[in-house]
Amino acid sequence: MSVVGRKNRTGLRFALALACTLLFLFPIYWIAAISVKTPEEIFAYPLVWLPGSFNFNNYLVLFRDGDAWSVFHSLVTAGTSTVIAMVLGTFAAYSLARYKTGGNHLSLWIISQRMVPQISIAFPVFLLFVSLKLIDTYAGLIILYTAFNLPYVIWMMRGYIQDVPIELEQSAMIDGLSPFQVILKVVFPMVRAGLFATAVFTFIFAWNDFLFALILTRSEVVTYPVQVTGYFGSQSTFWGKIGAMSMLGMLPMFFVVATMQKYIVRGMSMGAVKG
Amino acid sequence: MSDLVLKNVHKHYGQFHAVKGIDLTVKAGDFAVLVGPSGCGKSTLLRSIAGLEEISDGDILLGDKSLKDLPPRDRNLAMVFQSYALYPYLTVFENIAFGLRARKVPNAEVEAKVRDAAELLGLTEYLDRKPRALSGGQRQRVAIGRAIVRDAELFLFDEPLSNLDAKLRDEMREELKKLHQRLGKTFIYVTHDQIEAMTLADQIVLLKDGSIEQQGAPLDLFERPNNLFVAGFLGSPSMNLIEVSPLGRDNLVQLADGQTLVVDPAIHARLVETKDPILWGVRPEHFAHVENATNAVMVQIGVLQPTGSRSYASFRIADTHVVAELPAHTVSKEGQQIALSPNMEKTHFFNAGTGERIG
Repeated sequence: MSVVGRKNRTGLRFALALACTLLFLFPIYWIAAISVKTPEEIFAYPLVWLPGSFNFNNYLVLFRDGDAWSVFHSLVTAGTSTVIAMVLGTFAAYSLARYKTGGNHLSLWIISQRMVPQISIAFPVFLLFVSLKLIDTYAGLIILYTAFNLPYVIWMMRGYIQDVPIELEQSAMIDGLSPFQVILKVVFPMVRAGLFATAVFTFIFAWNDFLFALILTRSEVVTYPVQVTGYFGSQSTFWGKIGAMSMLGMLPMFFVVATMQKYIVRGMSMGAVKG
Repeated sequence: MSDLVLKNVHKHYGQFHAVKGIDLTVKAGDFAVLVGPSGCGKSTLLRSIAGLEEISDGDILLGDKSLKDLPPRDRNLAMVFQSYALYPYLTVFENIAFGLRARKVPNAEVEAKVRDAAELLGLTEYLDRKPRALSGGQRQRVAIGRAIVRDAELFLFDEPLSNLDAKLRDEMREELKKLHQRLGKTFIYVTHDQIEAMTLADQIVLLKDGSIEQQGAPLDLFERPNNLFVAGFLGSPSMNLIEVSPLGRDNLVQLADGQTLVVDPAIHARLVETKDPILWGVRPEHFAHVENATNAVMVQIGVLQPTGSRSYASFRIADTHVVAELPAHTVSKEGQQIALSPNMEKTHFFNAGTGERIG
């Protein structure tokens, strides 16, 4: 192919990639734009593509009324359940991978827990939580998210751990480490990317949960997805608040993914490519 | 320093009996090589000594201390793995220092020991690199470095050279032997390569199907194999095994093509008593070209393979393919008829039925 032809092709690809990016980013841009528009601009017709001025009133209202706490509630429930699920799940995964705990079928049985349609257990869980007085508490949501995420963590970490050459662990045992130290000093560093990738996805699952947060909370620990939907009313819909709240809810995820991007990509490709 | 003693060691994997009652003593400071074909149990035995496998029965003693129930870290041994088992996330320095750090050795001592080992192995300029930036031979050295910084009593090697190319393997073999002399510690080395076994060992332990076939000094095994398996395993090209039958007169044995050879009277007596078929074992290098055909066999050379100073000449005695190693230029062309005289003192007779040595 000629140099000109190659240049044209590169240009075409770039244009295509740009078009896709714009297409996918547009909803995010639109919600961001709404969050800083005045009410008049939100409902103006023809559409206001660029907000005339940056109006942070919607954000101020969220903080003044205390609605912004819902992001904090989400951080607490998603964060704590992620930490617990990662710790318990990784050790369980190690046991499955290295000691063949439960034979060949236990790990498949565990991941099958993840396949249960959540709505089918919503009512029993609600009744259970009522009797355990866990409704509208951090503990309730944390327990539930941990339970939902454990199978995922175990399944993913089991795969990563199986890919660690067993000689590394054996060599460390001969060199003087206890089995527990082997996990900390050899296995964890070897699966670090997988640990981070799994933790990010676990966090995202919990962060995005709407169904159980809606059913199991009232007023004390309302999480951010539930809070957002609260602004859709039968009489009126508060678009400005929806926009601002959505942006607040998106920010933590944005930082998590942006800082962990390297590990997420490496972690996801780790299991795929056998060296 | 103490002797390592294995007493009636068994290892079962479910139904599979991998190690069948091994009794073995390795003297303190010896270089012992466990050798045998794939699946003979040599690696299992080594891993049992290391504590990576639990033995099903028997005992493993270092001096008068039983290792059987000790975890690997309390057995005071170091091991080099076939795959090197280097930690990719640590530098060469930290890889070598790993065992010392695990045992909480003070920093200054770690530094000194790692530098000494690196010096010895020619790794000094690579100490800051990660293992992936090293060649196969250098990685192998790091793995050895990690073992030797530890003040272990016993050094275990699991096919450490098998991932290296031929030239590097020859070099490392020599270095390992030097290292053993310098450290003066007990080495136990597993390989399937009989050249490595012969060149490195003070004591060869030749295993097959989980049992010891023969053990002893390399040349003892080579020159006086107990049975057909040992005879065939050691030596390259391997020993020729030719069917013979004793004649009832003049201490003669007859080859399948009718030619006869005179053997030692004592051996002849034993041959005559043997009911089973008999195989005569003669190594390629123990044939010599002679002009007159007294106690020699007349053969027609089939294929000639010159290797430089020596040539491998192959021919047939009845249906048996036989190789002789002769000085270059002994045979000028393929198809030539020559007389070859075997050095009868260095040849062996085996009972083809039981495989045992007759004489």
